[in-house]
Amino acid sequence: MERDQRSPRAKIRAFRLNGRAREILVADSRLLIDTLRETLGLTGTKHGCDGGECGACTVLIDGRPRLACLTRTEECEGHDVETIEGFAEQGRMSRLQRAFHERLGTQCGYCTPGMILAAEGLLRRDPAPDAAAIRAALAGNLCRCTGYVKIIEAVADAARGVP
Amino acid sequence: MEILPRFDVLRPASLAAAIEARRRCAASRFIAGGTDLMVNLRHGLGAPETLIDLRHIAELRLLSKENGGITIGAAVTLAELAANPAIGCDYPAIAAAARAVGAPAHREAATLGGNLCLDTRCLFYNRSAWWREANGFCLKHQGETCHVAPTGKRCHAAYSGDLAPALLVYDATIEIAGRAGTRRIPLADLYAEDGAAHLRLAPDEVLVRIHLPAAPWPAAYAKARARGAIDFPQAGVAVALRAEAGWITGLRVAFTGTNARPFLLAGVAALENTRIDAAWRDRLTKLVQKQVSPMRTTLLAAQYRRRVASALAQRLAAALAGMGAENHGSV
Ligand SMILES: Cc1cc2nc3c(=O)[nH]c(=O)nc-3n(C[C@H](O)[C@H](O)[C@H](O)COP(=O)(O)OP(=O)(O)OC[C@H]3O[C@@H](n4cnc5c(N)ncnc54)[C@H](O)[C@@H]3O)c2cc1C
Ligand code: SF4
Ligand code: FES
Ligand code: FES
Repeated sequence: MERDQRSPRAKIRAFRLNGRAREILVADSRLLIDTLRETLGLTGTKHGCDGGECGACTVLIDGRPRLACLTRTEECEGHDVETIEGFAEQGRMSRLQRAFHERLGTQCGYCTPGMILAAEGLLRRDPAPDAAAIRAALAGNLCRCTGYVKIIEAVADAARGVP
Repeated sequence: MEILPRFDVLRPASLAAAIEARRRCAASRFIAGGTDLMVNLRHGLGAPETLIDLRHIAELRLLSKENGGITIGAAVTLAELAANPAIGCDYPAIAAAARAVGAPAHREAATLGGNLCLDTRCLFYNRSAWWREANGFCLKHQGETCHVAPTGKRCHAAYSGDLAPALLVYDATIEIAGRAGTRRIPLADLYAEDGAAHLRLAPDEVLVRIHLPAAPWPAAYAKARARGAIDFPQAGVAVALRAEAGWITGLRVAFTGTNARPFLLAGVAALENTRIDAAWRDRLTKLVQKQVSPMRTTLLAAQYRRRVASALAQRLAAALAGMGAENHGSV
């Protein structure tokens, strides 16, 4: 069991993280993004703004996109949390990761984990989205490098099973 | 600068327990999705010792059809509202308004109650603690003067929730529970025209549910925003209009983003029992421009927000009266 913030108020919270059961001792006011990055060392989830504006911290909770910078770790109790670290299996990238790589959907890479998690949330709900649906799903994710076109193409490719 | 305060979270399973918890701890706050309050707490706007999470109260999560109308629990999420077939079919302005809030990750967490009880917004308020300290605090929080209207004595921060106008034109009523019991009021009566105190809600009162009457008039919602992808409304307008062959028999118009409260346009009776023509549009424009009062609380000019509010109202009314099908969704 990890210890997250020594605090008299810390409580033990159990949840699933990338398919594994975890228990951590965590203060109620601790944000999920800080637990992930600082306590668990899962730095794939990025911190890009001071609250809710950029989407870099997007994770999936019960398969749906949520912002780790506005979510308390405490809220995850009993739920299923997925981060980018859960996506490559035995060194093999997921379809979205491969498509972002092939289509140059990633440049500096800072927005990429959030983009991939938001796109994954979309594809689980709608396996064959059109361009408008992809844009709507990624509306909350800022990218300062790619100009978005390559990202949208990458998500469309992943949905079609290319490559 | 990260100054999220240390707090405990309570998860009451009943309304009574939530109200009692709020009464026992003066430094507590209700919270639902947290997409408004958590941002504000991270900005140092308030430092509660306890947050009371309302989402574990089962009755707040119900959405049910009754007597032809619909009742929506305050903790129903905007993602659920946007996807609900009964809402989409009978109350399309609500579905459109829900879809126009933030991005999918916001809507998964955001609740209808949180949207209706949203804090008001201003260029000088929705800022980090260091920004506000460097600039000088303002009337709404920790300071003495308003930077928008320094000679005045009140706050003009704008209520900017998208759902309220859509609910207002469907004639929604709300149920509020507190220590003294339950009261049911028209949604419009929840609000006051004061950016620093826009909710007529006692500290221990919870918004429980929202009732929508049966047989809704055709209605639509549109908002103008600075950034198309996601953004709060610079002006948001809902119109409900009943017409027979172009002859208007009923009209309701409501606004958000322009005033400290969302409100129903007063005096619309003068625009009923007539046809939409150029003169009608002028009268609607005059009425809107007299009642909206945007101030310099966003990056866009107040005059633009005033004009776009009346333009959207006209456009929606014309579309609903069957005079050109422009813009039923968001603008
Ligand atoms: C980047 C970004 C973009 C956004 N864009 C939009 C937008 O376009 N349009 C829009 O309308 N909003 C927008 N929002 C604001 C917010 O996401 C929504 O308004 C949301 O619906 C708020 O609901 P919540 O459940 O998260 O509220 P919370 O943050 O949980 O609560 C908000 C306030 O309401 C009170 N409250 C909550 N529920 C109740 C209840 N049942 N009874 C009494 N008080 C209650 C809380 O105490 C708190 O003061 C945006 C937010 C972000 C971060
Ligand atoms: S309108 Fe004035 S008092 Fe209100 S938040 Fe803005 S600057 Fe502060
Ligand atoms: S860090 Fe920017 S939205 Fe979470
Ligand atoms: S690749 Fe650099 S921010 Fe998107």
